[in-house]
Amino acid sequence: MKQINPKLIHGVVATIDRDNIDTDQIIPTEYLKSIKKFGYEDYLFDGWRYLDKGKLGISSKEREKNKKFILNNSPYDNASVLLTRDNFGCGSSREHAVWALRDFGIRAVIASSFGDIFYNNCFKNGVLPIILSKVDVENLFQEFKGSPLDIEIFLEKKLIKSNDREINFEVDNNLLERIIFGLDDVDITLRNKEAISVYEEKRMIEKPWIYKND
Amino acid sequence: MSKTLYDKLWEEHHICRLDSGESLIYIDRHFLHEVTSPQAFEGLEQKNLVPWRLGANIATPDHNVPTTRGNSFNTDSILDEISKIQVVELDKNCNKFGIKQFDIRSSNQGIVHVIGPELGYTIPGMTIVCGDSHTSTHGAFGCLAMGIGTSEVEHVLATQTLKISKLNNMQVIFDGEPKPGVSSKDVVLFMIKKIGTAGGNGHAIEFSGSYIDSISMEARMTICNMAIEAGAKVGLVAPDETTFSYVKEHSFLDKDMLVEAIHYWKTLKSDKDAVYSKQIRIDVSDIKPQITWGTSPEMVIDFDETIPSAKKLSENSKNIELAKEYMGVEDNQKLSDLKFDKVFIGSCTNSRIEDLREAANVIEGKKVSNDIIEAIVVPGSGTVKSEAESEGLDKIFIEAGFVWRDPGCSMCLGMNPDQLKPYERCASTSNRNFEGRQGNLGRTHLMSPAMAAHIAINGKVGDFS
Repeated sequence: MKQINPKLIHGVVATIDRDNIDTDQIIPTEYLKSIKKFGYEDYLFDGWRYLDKGKLGISSKEREKNKKFILNNSPYDNASVLLTRDNFGCGSSREHAVWALRDFGIRAVIASSFGDIFYNNCFKNGVLPIILSKVDVENLFQEFKGSPLDIEIFLEKKLIKSNDREINFEVDNNLLERIIFGLDDVDITLRNKEAISVYEEKRMIEKPWIYKND
Repeated sequence: MSKTLYDKLWEEHHICRLDSGESLIYIDRHFLHEVTSPQAFEGLEQKNLVPWRLGANIATPDHNVPTTRGNSFNTDSILDEISKIQVVELDKNCNKFGIKQFDIRSSNQGIVHVIGPELGYTIPGMTIVCGDSHTSTHGAFGCLAMGIGTSEVEHVLATQTLKISKLNNMQVIFDGEPKPGVSSKDVVLFMIKKIGTAGGNGHAIEFSGSYIDSISMEARMTICNMAIEAGAKVGLVAPDETTFSYVKEHSFLDKDMLVEAIHYWKTLKSDKDAVYSKQIRIDVSDIKPQITWGTSPEMVIDFDETIPSAKKLSENSKNIELAKEYMGVEDNQKLSDLKFDKVFIGSCTNSRIEDLREAANVIEGKKVSNDIIEAIVVPGSGTVKSEAESEGLDKIFIEAGFVWRDPGCSMCLGMNPDQLKPYERCASTSNRNFEGRQGNLGRTHLMSPAMAAHIAINGKVGDFS
C-alpha cells in the first residue's frame, strides 16, 4: 500500500465539467444497502461509469464500462483529486458519497461551491473539499484540458500548485486539522461530558415537555 | 439586538463554544432509519458506548421496505436479501440498545418525517436531526431540524450533541392568495426556480408571509421538506395557532404542560426588525402549477410553458443539454406533448392525508388512462393509510385503477422494488428528479399530487383547475 502523507495531496486530477452533481450521481441508492463503512470504490459515479445496471457486491471488473467516462481511462483511474463546478454534493445526506470518493482514492475535491451536508461529511472521512472562485475553477479546467496533469495540494499552507500556477484556498483550521490528524469527533466532544449533563439537567426542569415521552 | 427565529433556537440549544470556534448544540430528538444508521451503531459499539439519552431516539424502517406487504408480513418476507439485512440490522440495534422502534409490522410504521409529527415526537422548539436530508420537514413546527451524515448519527447517539457552526439567516416571504389548483408543492418548486438549488447554501431559510400563515401544517411541511432542494439544510416556520392545534391533537402532553409549552412556543418567532443576510419576496398569486422538465429541481417551468432553450436560461449550456438528452425532451417542446408511463403519489414531500385528498379529488369517478402502465399511491405512514381508508380514499384510488400500497419511501428513491425501468417517464410527487433517482435511466417529473392525479387520468399534462 502507498504511504500517505497527510499534509500533502499529490496526484492526478480528474475533471467533471458539470454543475450540481448530486449525491445520487456520486453513489446511487442501490449501494446504500451495504451496512459497511468501506468498500464503495466500485460504485463511485456508477450511472456514468458503467453502461450496465449494477448491484451491490458486483465488482467493477465484471461491469460494462463507459469508455467515455474519465475515471475509466488511465491515468485518471488513479486520480487523487477531482475538479468540478458549482454545488457539488447537493441532495441527499448519504455519507456513502464521501466513502465512495475516499475508497476510490480521491483525497480532495475542488469546486466553486458544495452542498452543505456533503461538505461537512467530507471532513469526517479525510476528504478535503476545496472551494475556489469560479474564475480559478475555470482556469484550472483550461489548464487540464486534454493533458493529464499532476497537482500538489499543501494542506497546512492551504496552497494548490499546478504547473507554475499557485492558488491559495480558504478552509477552517480546525476542519483542516481533522483531515491531517484524523481526529475522532466523538472522543473530542466527550471531553465536554460535564457541560452537556449540566445543560441537559437544566433543560429537563425548564422545558419538561421535551422529555415527556422518554 | 433583534433575533431571528433561527437565532433563538440556536441560542436555546447552545451548550458551549469550543476551542475550534464551533459550538456544541444539544439535540432534543433523533430519528433513525435502516439505511444511514448501521455504521453509526457499529461505531458506537467499537467505542464501547451506549446512547446518551435513549428516549430522544425514535426509529422506523422506511427507505427500502417493500410496499406490497399486506397483513402477515415480517422482515423474513423481504425478498431482496440485501435490503432485508438492513431492516434486520435496525431491529437488532434497536433491541440491543433499547431504542423505541415502529418496526415493519407496526401499524404506525411509515416515512420517518411523516410519523415524527403525527405521533407527537416532533413538537415546536426542538432541535431534530436524522440521517436524512429531508429532516428539514420538521422545521414546519418551528424546530431547528436538519439532515446529518452517518458520522454525526453516531455522534448524536453518543453525545446528544452536534458540533457545528452557525448558519446564515435567509427569509422567504410568500404573500398573496394562490390560484385554484395551486398547492404548496407548486409554491416551493416556483421558489427553487427563482433562487436555484444552491440559493440557500449556508443558510437557514425562514418561510413567512400571509400565504404561510394561511396554510395547514401539512402544506408547511411540504415547503420545509424541499428547503434542502434549494440548498438550505434548515427550513423554518414560526409556530402559530395552526401549529398549536395540530400539536394538541397529536402530542401526548397533558393539558397543563401544553399550556406552559404554548406560552413558551409563542416566543419562537423572529423579532420585527430582525436582520437576514438574504431576503426575497414572492407573490403566490402569480404562480401556476409547476412541473420539472430536467434533472435538477431548479429545472422547472409552468405546466403550460415550453421546454426552455439554454440561451433563454443563460446558464451553463452543457448542464442544460445533458439534462435534455437524459430526459428525452427538446427545445420548445410543450410539456403536454410528453407521454407518461407511470404515476407515483407518495414520499416525505407529498404522502400526507391532505395530499391524498387533493389527488383523490381530481380522480374521483374517473379511470386511469390506458397509456399509464402503473399508477401507485403510497401513503406516508400506517396512520395516514388508515385515516385515508376511513375516509374511503382508498376506494376512490382503487376504483380508478391506482394501486394502493403500504407505507414507505418507495419510488421516491427506488431502494425497494418500486422503480422505473430505463426511459420510463414518471409523474411524481416526490422531491428529486436527479438522474436515475427512481431507477436506472428513469425520467422523473416533479409536481403536485393534483397534477400527478390529472396525468394518471389523462396520460399527459393539462389544466385541472
